[in-house]
Amino acid sequence: MSRRTVLRDHHGERYSFQLRLLVAITAVLIGFGILLGRFVFLQVIQYDKYHTLAESNRISLVPIPPSRGIVTDRNGVVLAHNFSAYTLEVTPSKLPGKLNDTIDALAGLIEITAKDRRRFRKLLEESKDFESLPIKTRLSDEEVARFAVNAFRFPGVEIKARLFRHYPMGESASHLVGYIGRINDRDLKKLEEDERLAEYRGTDHMGKFGLEQSYEEVLHGKTGYEEVETDAGGRAIRSLRRSPPVAGSNLVLTVDIKLQQLVEQAFGDRKGALVAIEPSTGGVLAMVSRPGFDPNLFVDGIDPVSWRELNDAATRPLNNRAIQGLYPPGSTFKPFMALAALETGKRRPHDAIADPGFFILGNHRWRDDKLDGHGMVDMVKSIVVSCNTYYYKLANDMGIDLISGFMGPLGFGSKTGIDLPGEKAGILPSQEWKRKAFKRKEQQRWLAGDTISIGNGQGYNSYTILQLAQATATLVNNGVQYRPHLVGFIEDSASRERRPVEPQPAKQLPYKPAHIEVIKQAMVNVNLAGTSAQAFASAQYTSGGKTGTAQVFSLKGAKYNASTTREELRDHALFVAFAPADKPKIALAMIVENAGFGAQHAAPIARKAFDYYLLGKLPAAEAPAPAQPAPPSPPPSPPQSPIEEFMSRPHVD
Amino acid sequence: MWTKRLFKRITEPVDPWLLLFVLMLVSVSLLTIYSASNESMAKISSKLVSVGVAFSAMWLIANLRPQQLMWLAPIIYALGLILLFGVAAFGEITNGARRWLDLGIARIQPSELMKLAVPMMLAWYFERYEANLRLKHFGVAALLIAVPMILVLKQPDLGTALLIAAAGFYVLFFAGLSWKVMLSLLVITLASLPVAWTHMHEYQRQRVMTLLDPMADPLGAGYHIIQSTIAIGSGGLFGKGWLSGTQTHLDFIPERTTDFIFAVYSEEFGLLGNIVLLILFLCVIGRGLMIANNASSVFGRLLAGALTLSFFTYAMVNMGMVSGMLPVVGVPLPLVSFGGTAMLSILIGFGMLMSIQRDRKLMKN
Repeated sequence: MSRRTVLRDHHGERYSFQLRLLVAITAVLIGFGILLGRFVFLQVIQYDKYHTLAESNRISLVPIPPSRGIVTDRNGVVLAHNFSAYTLEVTPSKLPGKLNDTIDALAGLIEITAKDRRRFRKLLEESKDFESLPIKTRLSDEEVARFAVNAFRFPGVEIKARLFRHYPMGESASHLVGYIGRINDRDLKKLEEDERLAEYRGTDHMGKFGLEQSYEEVLHGKTGYEEVETDAGGRAIRSLRRSPPVAGSNLVLTVDIKLQQLVEQAFGDRKGALVAIEPSTGGVLAMVSRPGFDPNLFVDGIDPVSWRELNDAATRPLNNRAIQGLYPPGSTFKPFMALAALETGKRRPHDAIADPGFFILGNHRWRDDKLDGHGMVDMVKSIVVSCNTYYYKLANDMGIDLISGFMGPLGFGSKTGIDLPGEKAGILPSQEWKRKAFKRKEQQRWLAGDTISIGNGQGYNSYTILQLAQATATLVNNGVQYRPHLVGFIEDSASRERRPVEPQPAKQLPYKPAHIEVIKQAMVNVNLAGTSAQAFASAQYTSGGKTGTAQVFSLKGAKYNASTTREELRDHALFVAFAPADKPKIALAMIVENAGFGAQHAAPIARKAFDYYLLGKLPAAEAPAPAQPAPPSPPPSPPQSPIEEFMSRPHVD
Repeated sequence: MWTKRLFKRITEPVDPWLLLFVLMLVSVSLLTIYSASNESMAKISSKLVSVGVAFSAMWLIANLRPQQLMWLAPIIYALGLILLFGVAAFGEITNGARRWLDLGIARIQPSELMKLAVPMMLAWYFERYEANLRLKHFGVAALLIAVPMILVLKQPDLGTALLIAAAGFYVLFFAGLSWKVMLSLLVITLASLPVAWTHMHEYQRQRVMTLLDPMADPLGAGYHIIQSTIAIGSGGLFGKGWLSGTQTHLDFIPERTTDFIFAVYSEEFGLLGNIVLLILFLCVIGRGLMIANNASSVFGRLLAGALTLSFFTYAMVNMGMVSGMLPVVGVPLPLVSFGGTAMLSILIGFGMLMSIQRDRKLMKN
């Protein structure tokens, strides 16, 4: 190897090496160029996307549920409110082991009853397992402390401070105030359809019954949000922004809770309903349905056993009889029939009939209560002595078209539109109704005989107590008809500003004042000298009224069990009344189921209501005794059909 | 007077350009680690210690002559091989792979050493046969690469094995491996990819799949890539500002002081910062290739070129991986990531570059 070759080789090699250095530099530049391209793509072209992703990584929106509006009666007595308490909540998906083991371990610290467990199991079925579900609500401070010390042993279990709904009146007014319950899958679907789901983020409960349900949107308020910065582990680092929740509005009812409770106590164990209305506004002063239930049971999710007890009870405590129970009005229908006769010109007040004690059409005989008849009967007397024959004849003379044409505008047979869910329309008998109601051709035709008992409030007549009360209020309010309502004002919970709910009259019915005066006077006479005179003896105000008795049988009961107990088949006692007579402040309609004659059982309750409402008198002596929920009413042996299936039996001999 | 002499003695072996760029990268590293560690001074002082150690090592190596490095090359290579066999026989298993060897005094990762030893050995080999290079020499060289590579592959550590292979290949490339051979190597590699796929471990396949479709498992294997890509993208043009990266400070970026530190840097300094970083890396690479160009010996040239391209490869692979272009392999960002060992081996390599540069100066003088 000579030195020269080496040198020459060196040069050649050097040249080749430098070429390769150039290639290497090019490769490096291309490599970094690709990286730069990638960076430009990510940081400039797709910046918005990644910016959004980073923000949503970092910020989570935590909903702040609003506090629900409270409900008070017309005098500010609280019927539904919220209180803050601790709950022990379990998130099933976060539990390391078996759910039951965890609950058993918890039971060692905090008393968990069998009822709590049943309730929890029911909640579990209705919820997703990543939801936090209460196993025990309203913990005492001591229980909170005991759990806090042991919290490390229970991953997936935590204590939460929450607002609870409470109904301080318990059973009282439960049908109208209603209750809230946990939002279930069906509610969620409904909310999603209404595009209101966003408002319920962070809220577990919503109105399920009564005013809580019908005024849900007013009571709920607006959900607030807190923007919270969270780290990758989901821990909140700090609050970025907060839009506070807007509390729901309060409801101020037209109801006087003292009146309500007084009536409830007066009913005692008896089943029935009462609706009292302020005629000049349509505001409902009391709406009673007996038996009642405790709405507080529903707030945390009712346990299945209690639910079955309530739902399956023969007395149907969950039904609001005032708006869902359909009854024949019986003789309380007579004043309206009389007014119809005057308005349609079929009778003048002094036109009198001779009552032989029955009415005959074709070969049918309709009987009067009084076997030998009431003698000569004019309109006032027909109401005071409650003469059936007068109205058999009147109905026959008027015909069904005229009757239904008059009763329809008074509100019979159609929903009043009261601010409660679940109201029933009832049945206003007419030719058209019968055509639609029956399937077979021969049943669809209206028969002349069908009309006869209609005038006495029997036959196909089937109305709610609310309709009866509204009609009474309209009558004594000279034909000015208001939509009955329970909420008087909606009150802004912050400013306390009140917005009235029902300011203008709904309808003016064109009745002659003189005609109304005749009817009112006749009803005053009823309370003075008629069927309810005893109940209103020595009252310090003049009042009007009309008793009624609806003969009842249950179609189903009769079919399935011929030996149904007497009590079920006993007549319903009805009563409509108003006072004071010259300028009525209160009008009511009521029914005491299976009680018998109206004057004896219903009228005294109305008397107590009037004494309190007009004079402020409370029945001191009686107050404590019936106030207590009496031992459960004797369970009736045969199955009783729902009340809306009660039908009246026409007076047919 | 003696201080001046001391200063001269200290600075004499050091290449000022390379040192400047390295110092700038280390500054970037300190800034980013401070942010990534949530302002932990402990992390910074620990990093400063490893910087000190690595710089001392660099300085010591820079003082050696290339001839001495050449003399050391086969010894280190042989030692590395023995240790690799040792790992295969007695290595500790961590995370399912046998990579560490406990020597009693310290636990070492011989594959790390191989990243330096392989190019040194090959450069030594080509220096010896520089006069009459034949294809068979390349064959021997390929074997010199293949043995350690296969040993590392068996650990298994695909990433490091590939990096070792790359370092060796760079030497072959600079030594003048013919274009035809390289082309056929490329074709063979591409053709064997499907075969390789079937021989890959499940977790390796997973990583490739994750790269292709990170959203397939956003909370599992794809999480790292998704979160680091979000960090980079959300940095935008100018970044969120130092200490203000939300992805960083809210723990969304995994391993953010080590392998994924680039995501932190990129989130806080944006595209502008990335360009600065790329320029710094380019400067280091440029200086390294310049040293290679100036080198007076074949050994120096090949070693300097290969070490520089290795450095480029680490940077490229790391940034490509963090920005979601390459599968996740455990390669830190050179000089920036927290790890002390990686820093040490890089700076030892740079010490060799300086030694090669200094030798030229000495020869000139």
